[in-house]
Amino acid sequence: MSRIDVNKTYKLFIGGAFPRSESGRVYEIKGANKKFIANPSLASRKDLRDAVVAAKAAQPGWANATAFNRGQILYRIAEIMEGRSQQFVDEICALEGVTNKVAKSQVEAAIDTWVWYSGWCDKLSSVSGSLNQVSGPFYNFTTPEPLGVVAIFAENKPSLLGVVRTLAPVLAGGNSAVLIASENYPLPAITLSEALATSDVPGGVVNILTGKSAELAPWVGSHMEIDGVDVAGLSKKQEEELKLVGADNLKRIFRFNPENHLERILSFMEQKTVWHPIGI
Amino acid sequence: MSGFEYANAPESKAIANIASSYGLFINGKFVEPKKGKSFNTINPATEELLSKIAYADKLDIDLAVKSARAAFTKVWSKMPANERGKYLYRIARIMQERAREFAVVETLDNGKPIRESRDTDIPLAAAHFFYHAGWADKLEYAGVGSKPKPVGVVGQIIPWNFPLLMLAWKIAPALAAGNTVVLKPAETTPLTALLFAQVCQQAGLPDGVVNIVTGDGITGAALVNHPDINKIAFTGSTEVGKAIARSISATKKSATLELGGKAANLVFDDAAIDEAVEGIVNGIFFNQGHVCCAGSRLLLQENIADEVLEKLKKRMSLIRVGDPMDKNTDLGAINSKEQLNRIHEISNTGDSEGANRWSPECKLPSKGFWYPPTIFTGVSQSHRIAREEIFGPVLSVLTFRTPAEGIEKANNTMYGLSAGIWSDKGSKVLWAAKQLKAGVIWSNTFNKFDPASPFGGYKESGWGREGGRHGLASYLTSDAKAAK
Amino acid sequence: MIIDGSEGSLKKFLSDLPPVDQVGAEARAAMLSTRSIKTTSKAWAIDMAISMVDLTTLEGADSFGKVKALCAKAVRPDPTDLAVPSVGAICVYNDMVKIARTELDAIGGRDIPVAAVATAFPSGRASRAVKELDTQDAINAGANEIDMVIDRGAFLSGRLGEVFEEIKIIKKLCGDKAHLKVILETGELVTYDNVRKASYLAMLAGADFIKTSTGKVAPAATAPVVLVMLEAVRDYFALTGNKIGVKPAGGIRTTKDAIKQLVLVNETAGPDWLNPSLFRIGASALLNDLLMQRMKLRTGHYASANYVTMD
Repeated sequence: MSRIDVNKTYKLFIGGAFPRSESGRVYEIKGANKKFIANPSLASRKDLRDAVVAAKAAQPGWANATAFNRGQILYRIAEIMEGRSQQFVDEICALEGVTNKVAKSQVEAAIDTWVWYSGWCDKLSSVSGSLNQVSGPFYNFTTPEPLGVVAIFAENKPSLLGVVRTLAPVLAGGNSAVLIASENYPLPAITLSEALATSDVPGGVVNILTGKSAELAPWVGSHMEIDGVDVAGLSKKQEEELKLVGADNLKRIFRFNPENHLERILSFMEQKTVWHPIGI
Repeated sequence: MSGFEYANAPESKAIANIASSYGLFINGKFVEPKKGKSFNTINPATEELLSKIAYADKLDIDLAVKSARAAFTKVWSKMPANERGKYLYRIARIMQERAREFAVVETLDNGKPIRESRDTDIPLAAAHFFYHAGWADKLEYAGVGSKPKPVGVVGQIIPWNFPLLMLAWKIAPALAAGNTVVLKPAETTPLTALLFAQVCQQAGLPDGVVNIVTGDGITGAALVNHPDINKIAFTGSTEVGKAIARSISATKKSATLELGGKAANLVFDDAAIDEAVEGIVNGIFFNQGHVCCAGSRLLLQENIADEVLEKLKKRMSLIRVGDPMDKNTDLGAINSKEQLNRIHEISNTGDSEGANRWSPECKLPSKGFWYPPTIFTGVSQSHRIAREEIFGPVLSVLTFRTPAEGIEKANNTMYGLSAGIWSDKGSKVLWAAKQLKAGVIWSNTFNKFDPASPFGGYKESGWGREGGRHGLASYLTSDAKAAK
Repeated sequence: MIIDGSEGSLKKFLSDLPPVDQVGAEARAAMLSTRSIKTTSKAWAIDMAISMVDLTTLEGADSFGKVKALCAKAVRPDPTDLAVPSVGAICVYNDMVKIARTELDAIGGRDIPVAAVATAFPSGRASRAVKELDTQDAINAGANEIDMVIDRGAFLSGRLGEVFEEIKIIKKLCGDKAHLKVILETGELVTYDNVRKASYLAMLAGADFIKTSTGKVAPAATAPVVLVMLEAVRDYFALTGNKIGVKPAGGIRTTKDAIKQLVLVNETAGPDWLNPSLFRIGASALLNDLLMQRMKLRTGHYASANYVTMD
């Protein structure tokens, strides 16, 4: 008789802990081979509410850490993921039905994405900020600052890279995140949370929910404590509806091409300009 | 009187595995020098022999440059940029892991207090690699055009005052930009560079990307003059810097030079006085004053001069001079007999030219090279101790009456590396920063370094910057300068 | 006289004090906390710290039993080792002063002073009359030391003359019966500039000791705050020839914390302040940690809480 596996329970990731949905709901995820894999939590608007509370509380500490420190933590996530590569590969194969080779190259791309964004943390104001030559005896500088709490609807596929590609730039800019995983391929997002929980990421900086984007999107759109949204995983129609409601607190809402770019960091930052006289 | 005498708190030497001898690190391996010559490196606090170091001459330099060129052409320039970056990340992480070992070896070889190696030198060195690792695949943002290219093979010569940190300042950006290097550490402080070579091996860095050639000034000249070097990066004395500039004048080699300084530390009457006193002490006594950007000229606004000097003297009598391996030591050994003689020579002109010398009472060890923390008051601009770089724990104190006069005196030097401004008034700080002709200006702080912060001097303090986006530029070919 | 007693001259004097740079002050405090105090100097520091502890209980639930137990601990901190010095003082609410004094006298603690918190401790929010009565009560009950609080609301809104007056009045009530510690509540003053100003204000008004905190508000006795206060007493001594004491209170829980405080004193105000007449540490749990560290030095192995007494 072959050994019986100890199957994993997939819960939400909020405030550095792994609670179930307060609604008690779950939904079924089957693999590409139509076999049952798990019952991840079906997040409710109250879970979203709790996630935003955690994200809001954690954001100032994250923003006030040195950029060097943030870069170290993002690199650490890459280190931890590298050690768990096989776990991610197996999960992606089962879920997406792709070959080992394809899954492996997705995992490697995800790890390298953390490394790429890690290297940006302490270079943002060198590249995007400026000292402005105003005509007058004033020192005038512009520097990018974190926006606050950013909600992310991760790309639906690829299931792991679609999460990392949307999440990493948000963190690199000093924001905290509430990420809603792909509805049909949610599991790598939760496995990623396990890596985050062991990578010195302060609790609440990243929060990950699994569930139905159609159910959660309107609540994200109307939540006044959410400052920005990446709508990668939403349909065009859902995006438009979210933009309509989001206008109430002028959320910064974007859809990006599925690639790494400095602009993905800067879009979720604010540029602050400071004047100071020069004189004795 | 007080019974609170701090007992000896020695850091253990056990972690330092210093070999009895070292070869040259060429093409990924330690090799014997062709002529078999060697020289000794000693502990300047005790004069004990630490190790026998290989002496690289012209033939060894040639081998090293050939290895660097081959590595550049066949491996490093072909490697995807993000993979190059990952080697630098690995190096940074291993340096962090072996931090304590590096700190102990640095203190034994250099003479600086263990607290400084441990808390400043080594963490900053690792941070430089971490910072530059992130640039490797982002060079199009360095401000040198949209498709910047590396310059090729770089010859790097570093000084003895911050051995590992100066190595990091040189190697990290060079490699991030896609170059390969041949680096010559200072004659009196080769050990942490040789330890770094081991880190390169542990990181799996491809052979020939980094080469470490130990030797003296002649070795350095051979490196500078080698025909297949594209660029020189040098940190050291202004005198040698000028010699290098002359050597390469008829070649296509570019150079960055980080040379001497005689920085003015200006204390205005609206300064936070206690913090200014700390800044003055840090400015000149940090690293025994062996700092190119040391605040070696204190310019006090005359109306607070007496108050500041009184506080300064009290503060100086708390400076603990002695065994660099003791965790409570503030001021360590002078790096070599030669340097000690230089300090004596110039400082003595302070006495002979009529300035007033003062040192707190210190018990100096009998073996090793030592100099007590010293200030000269009653100094004027024409004194040698106000004009020449002493590179030791000796501070010259002058006064000024108005902000304009302070700036004028501060700028009245052939150097222009750094300056300090102490005032609680924001506009005045910014005004003074605008007026001062120095590449690094510290306001209400001093001797602060960061890989993201460009460092370098005006005038005879050198050419170019190291660190930050601006520091990368010199390791990349620019569109503007005439093709090589 | 440095000031002529008027609010105007007081304000001018305080605003003329040099500013404190936050980053610089914190860097200096951080550097001093890297001092490595080992072997003989550690043993000396531990015993000195024990003799400086103002062993404190300031809880609503304090009872006669609790205070008596504290007194026993104060006199003989380690019953198995009589070489351990007794503490610097006992610190209690003023309605516990009588029981504390009586108990200490009965068990061989005649030399240990009783300090009473007063003036509507910890908030300081009560009328002048109530604060005076509060203080007088404590003195009548036998308090040897009074730890008063300043009116932070008045300080922060610029009514410096009132703060000054209040201290003067309480000092007068103390007379020669009790020494006066003035609690600044630095956590509510927030900036180092305010800590410096409040320190000078208290000293000019007659404080014998300036004290950081009530222990009821965080942050309390952080290293940079104590640094700024030590600089104040150092400079005040240079100005007037009077040595004023410093008492950090709140947040000092471990031997390491206590030794860091002694290093701050040693390298700021100087060795003259390294005795209980000029430096005290307000604490409760600290004492047992000091005893355990003392045991480790004596025996060579890490101690257990089972081997020190609870109160």
